Amino acid sequence: MVKANDRTKLILGCILTGIVLIMCLCGIFFTPYDPMAMDAAADKSVSLKHIMGCDQFGRDVFSRVLVGVKETMIVAGSVVLIGAFFGTILGTVTGYFGGWLDEILMRLNDAVLAFPSVLLALLIIGLYGGGRNTLILALGIAFIPSFARIVRSEVLRIRNLDYIKSVRLFGAGHLRIIVVHILPNLKTVLFSGILIGFNNAVLAEAGMSYLGMGVAPPNPSLGRMLSEAQAYIFTNPLTAVFPGITIVIMILGFSLLSEAFKKG
Amino acid sequence: MKYVLKKLLTTLITLTAVSALVFFSFSVIPGNPAISRLGTEATPEKIEKLTHEMGLDRPVFERYGEWVAGIFHGDFGRSYSYNTDVSSLLSEKIVTTLILSLLAIVLTVAVSFPVGIYCARKSDSKLDVFLTSLNQLIMAVPSFFSGILITLLFGFALRLFTPGGFVSYKVDLVRCVSYLFFPALAIALPKISMVVKLLKDTALKEADKDYVVTAYSRGNATKAVFYKHVLKNAMIPVITFLGMTFADIIAGSIIVEQVFSVPGLGRILLTSISGRDYPVVEAIILLLAAAVVISNLTVDFLYRAFDSRIRV
Repeated sequence: MVKANDRTKLILGCILTGIVLIMCLCGIFFTPYDPMAMDAAADKSVSLKHIMGCDQFGRDVFSRVLVGVKETMIVAGSVVLIGAFFGTILGTVTGYFGGWLDEILMRLNDAVLAFPSVLLALLIIGLYGGGRNTLILALGIAFIPSFARIVRSEVLRIRNLDYIKSVRLFGAGHLRIIVVHILPNLKTVLFSGILIGFNNAVLAEAGMSYLGMGVAPPNPSLGRMLSEAQAYIFTNPLTAVFPGITIVIMILGFSLLSEAFKKG
Repeated sequence: MKYVLKKLLTTLITLTAVSALVFFSFSVIPGNPAISRLGTEATPEKIEKLTHEMGLDRPVFERYGEWVAGIFHGDFGRSYSYNTDVSSLLSEKIVTTLILSLLAIVLTVAVSFPVGIYCARKSDSKLDVFLTSLNQLIMAVPSFFSGILITLLFGFALRLFTPGGFVSYKVDLVRCVSYLFFPALAIALPKISMVVKLLKDTALKEADKDYVVTAYSRGNATKAVFYKHVLKNAMIPVITFLGMTFADIIAGSIIVEQVFSVPGLGRILLTSISGRDYPVVEAIILLLAAAVVISNLTVDFLYRAFDSRIRV
């Protein structure tokens, strides 16, 4: 299906993504401390007991980072799934049938695509209020156009191939051609699209929760941990640095993977 | 000429569509802004009076028409929570965000072009390998985190600026720009690495083409071929990317303004969203959308100027 063209990128990407997945699993099943438990007397500095230290309320930063990774993965995963699902439907229909429907939908698509996803998500959150589900919905909608575009251009290419013409001569209906003959061939573009999209979704989620538009407090999220730690940046900078580095590892791992799998 | 007219027309249609979308989506949200503005003092008579004063009892299409007509006079309505005209509320913040975005763009171009050209010319040299790896890392750092790191490094350790000590351009332009340099750097860093990567990749791809090999084999100077042919053609995707980046930079400034507490459009957008101050939100979204659409239009025109093959 896909061929890796850069071994170093692939290996490094796998290692980093592996670390993130392990952190995510820990966030689901096991955290060293209760991520919400406050302990005002706790020593805030980094120690063997608290390997990333504690935040201003005395909550263990490492436990909060683990749960934050899980939250980010859930949001980013759902966002990419929504974007890929509706984007594939939209792209297939417009690419296959063409005509005025294609013209109108693609103009609309381009208009949305030109709009930065953070801004679109802010608009939707302004309308319906914050929270995790609204954030997933808002970013999901913002991610549909890019998927629609890549799927559409691939469908346009496949539609005119000889084997499609021949099954049409055999009398296959539109639905059968789309489902049996076109959709399975989209997996390569969808795969790389999902890798890149996941990356952007992690970035967007972290940015939105930094702005306070994501997961509601006191639940931990990486972006919000950064903005909360910022008030104490000069006395306790590490509280901000650890969640930040976690975000960097997530994005770096996925971008290395997506580059390694890119059609070279 | 026909192309220019067609483009201008589509831009106009897009802007109209955005304005209608923004206005109508805010008028269908449940809840009467008059009630939320009165808060605990709300009595039925007061609500009715204020609803009438705010014009909320009139048909939505009439209000939309008035809103659009007002925009042409620079009138965006009145803010619910600040009780002033939206336009006077926003004018200073627009300039602040504009300075920030322009600084970020200038930084992006000024750093990424020389570095990208160096990496393309001396590809696989030690410095190139180092720069390319560094690039990969920087690309993964979100702007708000690099903003925090910049605050720590330049604001705390080196004391080059006072975090939170923003000065308006009206008071002192030089101090304003020197403060905004740091948030602009945070916005520009990931963009710089993206442009460097794109410039290098496209230049290397272009350098492999037959016409370049022919030019070398004819005995042309290496440098001249690189700048005259390779770089000129490699610039086309870079310019497209820069145009798209402009929209990203504006959106990125919303977040970074928060990191450096710069009172720009992003900050007031966020407070207006949480304060349900819809006229302000509508105006900002429309302004940002207009900036995005117009920058896309400019890219389209630049594109044609650069590559005559595109003129179809």
